[in-house]
Amino acid sequence: MTAELVRGQNHPLSQARLEIRVSAGTPMVAAATLGDEQGKIHGVEWVAHPGAPTLPGLEVSKQAAADHRLAVDLDAMPEAVHRVSVLLALPMGVGGPTRFGAVPTPFVAVTGLDGAEVASYTVTGLEAESAVVALELYRRQGAWKVRAIGQGYADGLAGLFTDQGLPQAQQLAGSINEAVAQGMARSIPAPPPRTDGDRSRQTAAPALGPDQGGQASQGATGPVPPQTSPYGAQTPDGPGQPTPQPNSPYGTPAQGQPASQPPYQGGAGATDPGQTGTSGGPINYSHPRRQNAAPPPPPPTAPPAQPGQPAQPVAGDATGWSMDERLYNQVWGMFEDLARTTAAYRSAVDFAESRMDKELDQVLSDPRSRIGGQGDAAREAAQAKHTELVNQAREALDRDLAQLTAEAEVVEPALPPAYARWDNPVWHGYRVPMEIPMALRLGDLHLPESDRLRIPMLVRLPLERGLWIDSGRGSSLDGSFTDSHDLRRLAMETAVANAARLLAVYPAGEFTVHVIDPAGSGAQALAPLVQTGVLAAPPAVGAAGVADVLGRLTQRVDLVQMALRGGAPDSLPPGFDTSQQLLIVNDFPHGFDDRAVNQLRYLADEGPAVGVHLMMVADREEAAGYGPLLDPLWRALMRLTPVPDDHLADPWVGHAWTYEPSLVPPGSQVLQQVLSQVAAARTHYR
Amino acid sequence: MTKGQAISLQKNDGGSLTAVRMGLGWQAAPRRGLFGSRTREVDLDASAVLFADKQPVDVVFFRHLVSDDGSVRHTGDNLVGGVGQGGDDEAILVDLARIPVHIDQIVFTVNSFTGQTFQEVQNAFCRLVDETNGQELARYTLAGGGAYTAQIMAKVHRSGPGWSMTALGTPANGRTFQDLMPSILPHL
Repeated sequence: MTAELVRGQNHPLSQARLEIRVSAGTPMVAAATLGDEQGKIHGVEWVAHPGAPTLPGLEVSKQAAADHRLAVDLDAMPEAVHRVSVLLALPMGVGGPTRFGAVPTPFVAVTGLDGAEVASYTVTGLEAESAVVALELYRRQGAWKVRAIGQGYADGLAGLFTDQGLPQAQQLAGSINEAVAQGMARSIPAPPPRTDGDRSRQTAAPALGPDQGGQASQGATGPVPPQTSPYGAQTPDGPGQPTPQPNSPYGTPAQGQPASQPPYQGGAGATDPGQTGTSGGPINYSHPRRQNAAPPPPPPTAPPAQPGQPAQPVAGDATGWSMDERLYNQVWGMFEDLARTTAAYRSAVDFAESRMDKELDQVLSDPRSRIGGQGDAAREAAQAKHTELVNQAREALDRDLAQLTAEAEVVEPALPPAYARWDNPVWHGYRVPMEIPMALRLGDLHLPESDRLRIPMLVRLPLERGLWIDSGRGSSLDGSFTDSHDLRRLAMETAVANAARLLAVYPAGEFTVHVIDPAGSGAQALAPLVQTGVLAAPPAVGAAGVADVLGRLTQRVDLVQMALRGGAPDSLPPGFDTSQQLLIVNDFPHGFDDRAVNQLRYLADEGPAVGVHLMMVADREEAAGYGPLLDPLWRALMRLTPVPDDHLADPWVGHAWTYEPSLVPPGSQVLQQVLSQVAAARTHYR
Repeated sequence: MTKGQAISLQKNDGGSLTAVRMGLGWQAAPRRGLFGSRTREVDLDASAVLFADKQPVDVVFFRHLVSDDGSVRHTGDNLVGGVGQGGDDEAILVDLARIPVHIDQIVFTVNSFTGQTFQEVQNAFCRLVDETNGQELARYTLAGGGAYTAQIMAKVHRSGPGWSMTALGTPANGRTFQDLMPSILPHL
């Protein structure tokens, strides 16, 4: 019944209404082009893609996904159409894999409306290609047939469209990538895949003796109460350690996608920077011998739970090779639990409401309800049912929130500096670390149902995307910050707090911060960075300063990229500073000319892969004069706000989470103290 | 367990079950004649559909492995079966205590994604296991089934404060759970 096609093989289609199902291991774009007898596309209106998903007789999905269903009605095709090509492409510019050789092989099937497979084809043998014509449906003497094509294009959709004779190939490919990136820009990167099927948070290990005082290389050194978290608990955890990786910034957390891991953390085998470099990935800046091969210390033990009571929460009660990783996994576990338990609550409340509406409608439409008290009784009964279900749902939510709050209360104080709020005492015992931590806290997340329960928003290091601190008055702000001056100041403070945190959690000399402040308006907020002398150079002012800093960083990106592409990362000049670079840009686009804007976009696109990151403090409105030119820039950056704003989505159910920046408490000197130590360590290091 | 039979998911000691696993295992039937070792792969898929008041609210299957509320989890798609020689090839874990309050029935289904009928499948079974202690609560066999490509296995539904399970064992045809919806509805 089913024909399993090989490349070039064809098969007749007896039905006109078909579905084309695509299964792939990673999110990809599915599109379709219509061609005439020669296979030529006549114009952009002959292409169905995420930006324009519907054509007569054809519909594709609006976003990149691992699975697609394309609806096709061959009878509805215009007479002129003789060919329908089904394309797959990897999404560009979102940090995921960009070659089919690095992702699982896609599978495409043509099925009838009843789900019966007519023909299928596994698209094998692809390597550097980033777009492929998978199948072609074509008209031959009045009848339609399907043929397996498998023609890949290393130059992506643009090359594919050019090959099919579309004059606007470049523009169309660009707009497709943009439509796809737009869908992805809003989401928080998914956490690393689970190593086991479920979280091990509930299981208590039999061994006694929490390990928090110990170094990983020696294992546990003695019992320390889990509530205290000396900074020393931060065990070596740099690159080179076999830690689970996020597959891609938008990856589905469901199944393993081994080929799409970012190349910097090559596991224990890839410790030679030259080796990893020649494979075409970013430079591995980690110390070649600095790795942790010792077995992980045992996890802290939860005290046995009282019968009938939930187990006492314990900090670090999650899987991981180090305390750092365990806490990271635990925080992500809490994040997921809160997302899901809230989803359960919302779904129950929605259901209760829709059921009540339906019942009330019935009462209204029933003529008998107008006589006597029958209608009122029915109405009350419907409302009572609604109240009962909502109360039950709230009860379940409160039970879960109580448990998560108890967990947060033990986890929060145990966090290492990279994950801790600025008011955490751990910052007062700060010492310059020897290792890069696994992740960084960018702020807090919460949901309206559980206003007091804050989840630390942890993102993996090294950063995969730049940051954009939005100093504009977004539509979603509640109006309490009507003063744009205040908002700007807060945005700059948020930027400084995050930059200071990055400086503090990287080992001495491994993180460098540059600042562009063309009009000097950020001077007050920048004072902690300037006075302690942790900046690479004083903030650049004026148009000349802007051009100078951007020029140097652009050159650096060029140089490192050239070295990587040429397969010779060792050929960088001696004494080349291999630290990660962060550029804070205040007051954009003030002081920027067209050339500077282009350099900035280049840094946003190419920088993260070679360790150069952007932190823009900007109001998008003010840059509106540049038109759509800057849209890709904003989308490439992760948007953070200086005041609470619900713009971030979780990767599981897509709730809108309210983000709040992690700021230094007013009057606290902790930032100055921490940065002085960073500066001192740097002098010593040199 | 036989068709139509219902069991309460209360433990013998009076406590109720907190977590159950619906396991599915199968092997492809060997071909007759020459090259008998060359079996055709059979991909069976287990799905669970969550209903509130007879309306489908969520579904857990190989493309949506975790229900939005996190209470029902699929361990992942197995495309060929037969790995464990009697063990579960696909499993769906249900955390009964965490199911949202409005969900009152969960229907488990099995579909043949590759299109073979259950005549071509060997040693296929479906079982319900108490996840806390591994004890098998119910099992029934699919093999020897007729010329159909899907089966509505069982439903777990609220009864009083706890849950109970009813074996359905209704044959149907379809590739994924969507195709089965019309056949599921009479059982709710």
